[in-house]
Amino acid sequence: MPDNGPRADTVTLTIDGREVTVPRGTSLLHAAETQGTTVPHYCYHPGLSAPAQCRICLVEVEGAPKLQPSCVTMAEDGQVVHTDSPAARRMRQGVLEFYLVNHPLDCPICDMSGECKLQDYVFDEGREHGRGREPKRVFGRDDFGGDVLYYGDRCVMCTRCVRFMDEVARDSRLTVVERGSRAVIDTFFDSGLEGASFAGNVVDICPVGALVSKDFLHKARAWDLDHTPSVCTSCSQGCNIELHTRDNLVQRLMPRENQEVNGHWMCDYGRANYEWMNRPGRLEAPMAGRGGERRAVDWKTALEHLFVRLQGGTGDVMVVGSAEASNEGLAALGWVGEAVGTVSARVFRSPRADDEEPLPGYPLLVRRRDLAPNVDGAGLLGFERAGDDTGAGGLEAVAGHDGIVLVLGDGLADQDVRFGASAGLFVYLGSFDSPAARNADYVLPVTTFAEEEGSFVNAQGRVQRFWPGLRPPGSARPAWLVLGALAAALQGGRTPASAAEVFAGLEAGCAAFAGLSYDAIGESGVRLEAVHG
Amino acid sequence: MAYPYRHEKETLVLSECFGDPSARTVAGWKRVGGYQGIARALEIGREATIEDVKASGLRGRGGAGFPTGLKWSFMPKNSSRPHYLLCNADESEPGTFKDREIMRWTPHQLIEGCLVGSYAIGASHCYIYLRGEFFETTQVMARALEEAYAEGLVGKDILGSGVDIDITLHVGAGAYICGEETGLMNSLEGRRGEPRIKPPFPAAVGAFGMPSTINNVETLCATAHIARHGGEWYRQWGTDKSPGTKLFCVSGHVNKPGNYEFPLGFPMMELIDDVCGGMRDGRALKAVIPGGSSVPIMSADDCRACSLCYEGVEAAGSMLGCASVIVMDETTDIVKQVRRMAHFYAHESCGQCTPCREGTTWATRILQRIEDGRGTEDDLDTLVQISEQMTGTTICVLSDSLAMPIISSIEKFREDYLALIRRGERVGAA
Repeated sequence: MPDNGPRADTVTLTIDGREVTVPRGTSLLHAAETQGTTVPHYCYHPGLSAPAQCRICLVEVEGAPKLQPSCVTMAEDGQVVHTDSPAARRMRQGVLEFYLVNHPLDCPICDMSGECKLQDYVFDEGREHGRGREPKRVFGRDDFGGDVLYYGDRCVMCTRCVRFMDEVARDSRLTVVERGSRAVIDTFFDSGLEGASFAGNVVDICPVGALVSKDFLHKARAWDLDHTPSVCTSCSQGCNIELHTRDNLVQRLMPRENQEVNGHWMCDYGRANYEWMNRPGRLEAPMAGRGGERRAVDWKTALEHLFVRLQGGTGDVMVVGSAEASNEGLAALGWVGEAVGTVSARVFRSPRADDEEPLPGYPLLVRRRDLAPNVDGAGLLGFERAGDDTGAGGLEAVAGHDGIVLVLGDGLADQDVRFGASAGLFVYLGSFDSPAARNADYVLPVTTFAEEEGSFVNAQGRVQRFWPGLRPPGSARPAWLVLGALAAALQGGRTPASAAEVFAGLEAGCAAFAGLSYDAIGESGVRLEAVHG
Repeated sequence: MAYPYRHEKETLVLSECFGDPSARTVAGWKRVGGYQGIARALEIGREATIEDVKASGLRGRGGAGFPTGLKWSFMPKNSSRPHYLLCNADESEPGTFKDREIMRWTPHQLIEGCLVGSYAIGASHCYIYLRGEFFETTQVMARALEEAYAEGLVGKDILGSGVDIDITLHVGAGAYICGEETGLMNSLEGRRGEPRIKPPFPAAVGAFGMPSTINNVETLCATAHIARHGGEWYRQWGTDKSPGTKLFCVSGHVNKPGNYEFPLGFPMMELIDDVCGGMRDGRALKAVIPGGSSVPIMSADDCRACSLCYEGVEAAGSMLGCASVIVMDETTDIVKQVRRMAHFYAHESCGQCTPCREGTTWATRILQRIEDGRGTEDDLDTLVQISEQMTGTTICVLSDSLAMPIISSIEKFREDYLALIRRGERVGAA
């Protein structure tokens, strides 16, 4: 290309009568977005290449002989663009009519109904009555393998799924077969999507109900689901997700866009790992007394008695945390330990996979070896890894300790009933009961991450917040609330009223968190190094 | 064997050797002046060759009629990347059979044209993309290419000039859309035959991501002659806007269908009544599709004063396209004809763009219903509106190509449609 001297790196154009300045190389679709106009689109997806084939994003550009696809037409200085001119609107109405020639109107039984782009656009701009009198073509249903089902009749041939597998998963397992209106998406041979690690994303990016999740099939209507921003807890990548809940049950996990962490994607392992959040048999009330003497008590009694026991404690404290507990919970656990004496062990255990698995087309996203969300947070807060790669062992000293033993979030699944038998005081904070908690003087029910507010630090050193999407069972409370109150009572401080207040106290013991406000972390997180230059 | 039909008024430039098997060899082709075009091009140089083609006014014979010299001049100069010349020999427009005949009888004419084109645009490799159904043609081309390689006309150091030009034959798998220039490139590269979005244009990013020029068989053959005789020589025929000669593929209800070569601007009625021996069984002319199925239908009245050149056919309300003149007499069922064409486009749509994928099929089904006597007058409005929704809204022009015959046929032969619709109503078919 000839160099015509320096060029400004922004361009200024007029979209729908308003002047917009955008970086050079911005598509008209994005430029329109900056001023609040969404141009309808199907084949275009921000995480994929743009084939400009759905033809619904065509806009009028003054001077151009035809309508231009806004997804691939770059903004230029002085352009005058009309996204809603009669010509553009007529064309969109035409394209929508074409889609409905063959798209079944089975919205009442379609999983996508309520979040379907075809439904949305037709309601917005489509013809009131269809003119199609011909019978619709029928393809039927195809099991693509893995968690993915394909309803060919509903497919709008945007090819997002094919491009995701080609460009992002780099595992070309889907293709378009046949041509014209006989074209369908299909898999190669019999293997299909079985065994692919990121294929669940094709369901998310399907703009209609052509690709659906077998796991979610007919489980809930989209409009009945509550969406809670959260962080995936299946590995230390901490993909940003949403918990989709209904009837106080998590119905599915969906990735939430964060270009610093997971883009638009998440792995199938993390996506499928949510049933435990709905598991029954939870600890619902605080309990006091060892073994057969164990009885349920109210929180006030439990905490008052525990406070007295801790005040008169013996001094040598061993603390077992968990890489699944929040920064706030782990910090408060540490404060309690430090308030009653010398902490001689401060450990956590966490399972590790043999390898990690990156998403080839989006290498920032890696399913990490550490299969827990807060390994780095635990490390920053002074917890040391114990045990082996299965998350077992390493607690020999703690099991026979004769001082104070505090356990948070570790289910002690590999430990036997003698654990903590010789402890002067053994406090077990968990969501589920454990045989190894038999000797606990106090068993305190705490919430899971899905039921509480808090933060994790992921493998990139990024603090990320999550919010409660489920109501806790019984009287279970967030660990930071329980431990924060105890620490405050022991140290004479103020009882923290929120996770934010606990977080504000983190910087005192851990420089990494200094100067960081909970609000600033927001929904997309903050990298710790970034805060400290 | 004499070529099926000849007419004394013809001007034989490209089709001089049609029917003469001896012209299939290098020696035979040289006997009629062959390979002098590339020799002269190598002598006068690239720029001068492009200037010659520009001066000739030659317009692309594949249908669009884009000036060939101008197209060649779009290729980057001084670029270090390889350039490719692609010869579109996928001839699949219904009603067209000129390229097949050129390759069958004068394969060296095309090879020479490819050499001239490759040399002019600085390509050292030319691909000839042959239609999958061209079995005999492919054999003839392959044999000729082998001989041309053996004679040092193709390959390294052609004609001792130091210029290397390789030619590869690539046989398609039989899809209309692979005759679209960028669909052809995708197919050549081993991808699905789907047209690409332009820009980027082939001269910037073409086959294998490299600067490419794509020309029709007949175009490249004409450049061989232009390279030999110069640009002005070519202008002795045709009109100012449509210089040169053109092969007209006449098919349908005439007594002598076939390929005829005339200067552009030849009167259409003379072609039908005189050259082709008039209408079959003395019937009356009803309609003509002048440029392959993708152009508007002309009524008999439109044809009267029409001269067969780009501007002449346009003035008569249609397009010259690739000059495939489909002649229909009074017994022709226009609705059936249009439905048959619609079926073709629906079958051949690649399926990328929504208006084409859904529109061509929908239109076919409506036309079928009308043909079956179950249509309504509203259907005609729907058909016209669908066609308008299919015009100018897609990546390539396949859907436009169906829209034009539908709109023009409803406009000009509305009575034919109404007759079917009313008959249907009368007998009460539902």
